[in-house]
Amino acid sequence: MRMLLAAFAATTILAGPAQAASIYPLDRATILAGSPFDFKVELSKQVKPEDVKITVNGQDYKTALGGEAQFIELEKGKEDKALGSALLLRGLKISAPGAYKVEIAAGDETKSVTWNVYDTAAQPKAKNIIFLLGDGLSVAHRTAARIMSKGMTEGKANGRLNMDDLERMAFIGTSATNAVATDSANTMSAYMTGHKTAVNAIGVYADRTPDSLDDPRVETFAEAVRRMTKKSVGIVATAEVEDATPAAVVAHTRNRGDKADVVGMLLDVKPEVLLGGGSAYFLGKEVAGSKRKDNQDYIKLFQDAGYKLATDKNELAANASAEGNLLGLFHTGNMDVTLDREFLKKGTVDKFPNQPGLVDMTKVALDRLSKNPEGFFLMVEGSSIDKMSHPLDWDRAVVDTIEFDKAIGVAREFQKAHPDTLIVVTGDHTHGVSIIGTVDDEKPGTEMREKVGTYAEAGFPNYKDENGDGYPDKIDVSRRLFLSANNGPDHYETFRPKLEGPFVPAIQNEKKEYVANEQYKDVPGAVFVQGNLPKTSESGVHAVDDVVLQSAGPGAEGFHGYMEQSDVYRVLADTFALGAKQTN
Amino acid sequence: MEKFSSLQLSRRQLIGAAVTLPFAGSLARAADSSLTFDELYGKFGVLGLEFSDKVKTLAGKDISMKGFMAPPLKAEAQFFVLTEVPMSLCPFCSSDADWPDNIVVVYLGEKQTFVQPSQTIEVRGILEYGSWQDPETGFVSLLRIRQAEYSSV
Repeated sequence: MRMLLAAFAATTILAGPAQAASIYPLDRATILAGSPFDFKVELSKQVKPEDVKITVNGQDYKTALGGEAQFIELEKGKEDKALGSALLLRGLKISAPGAYKVEIAAGDETKSVTWNVYDTAAQPKAKNIIFLLGDGLSVAHRTAARIMSKGMTEGKANGRLNMDDLERMAFIGTSATNAVATDSANTMSAYMTGHKTAVNAIGVYADRTPDSLDDPRVETFAEAVRRMTKKSVGIVATAEVEDATPAAVVAHTRNRGDKADVVGMLLDVKPEVLLGGGSAYFLGKEVAGSKRKDNQDYIKLFQDAGYKLATDKNELAANASAEGNLLGLFHTGNMDVTLDREFLKKGTVDKFPNQPGLVDMTKVALDRLSKNPEGFFLMVEGSSIDKMSHPLDWDRAVVDTIEFDKAIGVAREFQKAHPDTLIVVTGDHTHGVSIIGTVDDEKPGTEMREKVGTYAEAGFPNYKDENGDGYPDKIDVSRRLFLSANNGPDHYETFRPKLEGPFVPAIQNEKKEYVANEQYKDVPGAVFVQGNLPKTSESGVHAVDDVVLQSAGPGAEGFHGYMEQSDVYRVLADTFALGAKQTN
Repeated sequence: MEKFSSLQLSRRQLIGAAVTLPFAGSLARAADSSLTFDELYGKFGVLGLEFSDKVKTLAGKDISMKGFMAPPLKAEAQFFVLTEVPMSLCPFCSSDADWPDNIVVVYLGEKQTFVQPSQTIEVRGILEYGSWQDPETGFVSLLRIRQAEYSSV
């Protein structure tokens, strides 16, 4: 055994240098025919250009790909660390579908990858696509939303969510190129480009150089729609519009935190409708509330580009059926969640009292985009399901799931009148959360954990919706759903909804460790829950579990079984025939 | 009120330590011009916030303000960020974290030992408003307390 290990180690060491090069796109990349992408080769050593040989399917790459890469003698890392030579060919296009085996040899370094270039149907299947993404949407969120919104009698749901009736389904794998776990940037990027990428990256492969804006790019869905069709593009989110999910519709950066740059990228693509929060990154640095480091006034730049501006619910309504492009910004940061905005008036609702919700924004977006006789692509994000799941604030996350489902209802109504519309509903990743029963205040004693009911003791929760608005009239009912996280930092479990404002489970101490927030220590019945994540974790984390995708309309038949999120792009591209020269 | 040890006592602390009366006077003045997070802005809006008349009036003057110390940008920084509630996120640990909207940047007159972010502190110093970019870190701030010192409360 020891000899075997030694032999294995020796092989690994010998194989090491020969495997050090990287090629982007990565091995097994799937590429839409005709879609521009950047081709990059990173070598681990500094070499001369004449020592590098690159072939594609056995042919010299210049002939096979029809372009010559720029030779970079030496790339440098942080503190000028020498990284090796590189070759970069930007904006490459391959129009013929098939397998492309790319082989490189430079001194003792060799590497080979195979790309699969695919084309699409010759004719579009649908005129419009509405892509609705519940950020962090897990199975527990939807089950809880159904029970909280519709109720349950003798084990059968008293009603159905809109998402419950989307007939075509798939399980979606969400892992990143550099980790089994994922974040909203790289997974939405995979949906929106057909290429998987690394955590925090959007519209690029993550290369080794420190600059986050120079990484090899791939085309986004909005860019492909622009290139191949005359359709309109819409982006709606309750997060900042430059946050990872909305950004991934158009943007290219290794670092989702480049929000000021993303605003510029949004202006480059000019979605006809852009609604959400995040005005802080549109304001020059002299303006109080700005988060820019320059004095660019992007509000003015958008207006100069022909956009009408809406800053609250009334201005949005007034713009509902107007002509031209629409920029709606309703908060300097992320918009308040439904529970705070509509019911508790907590969070920052006192500062931004007239914010529209996801339903209002989706309606206006559909009204305006549907004026284009060529059709449209609309992305709608229920952003705060995730933003409230990180701090384990399950009530806020579930109420936002109900709102997200109402936006799906708006899309379904549109689809009834416009059957040439594909609707896709999915999440970008899940959270480690499940419903395990109820918390019943009527159970005896003062210890809250003794009031947790599991199995037969759980009974059913007693939420009511007497005004029929789809939301429970109150969330702090006497017998509530009990959602529990399987991961998190040290925190106090209070077994109660957080009526005073979003939950803050842990805060950082001077050793940069997250410790339980003592604000909740004296809530009657609160128990200390020891974290199971490193002490650097401030909140619960995304789960690696598959996401459920559901779909209806022409093109939906493409979704079945298990798919990677990058495969979803192919179905979208096929639905709009983006890989074929369209006749109209 | 407990003073935190500092590498070097500031002039203000020296006066306070040597002569009781002027120090008490300085505290009383600070109390007269205390500022709260609720009083920072007169107007909130998507197109920008507007500083309150109180901020404009107190600019250039000695003020005191209570809040929490956000995790420092780096160990040796001469400034830290004062927040209304203890920071639950380290804005530099995770790329999807962001600063809250209402923060005040505090430039210390002298280096002081950083405290637990869950500890309420009172900062005293000269109020300044308007956009300013820290030359060393690139950090842009709109509201600052300069020549500051702080203590726990």
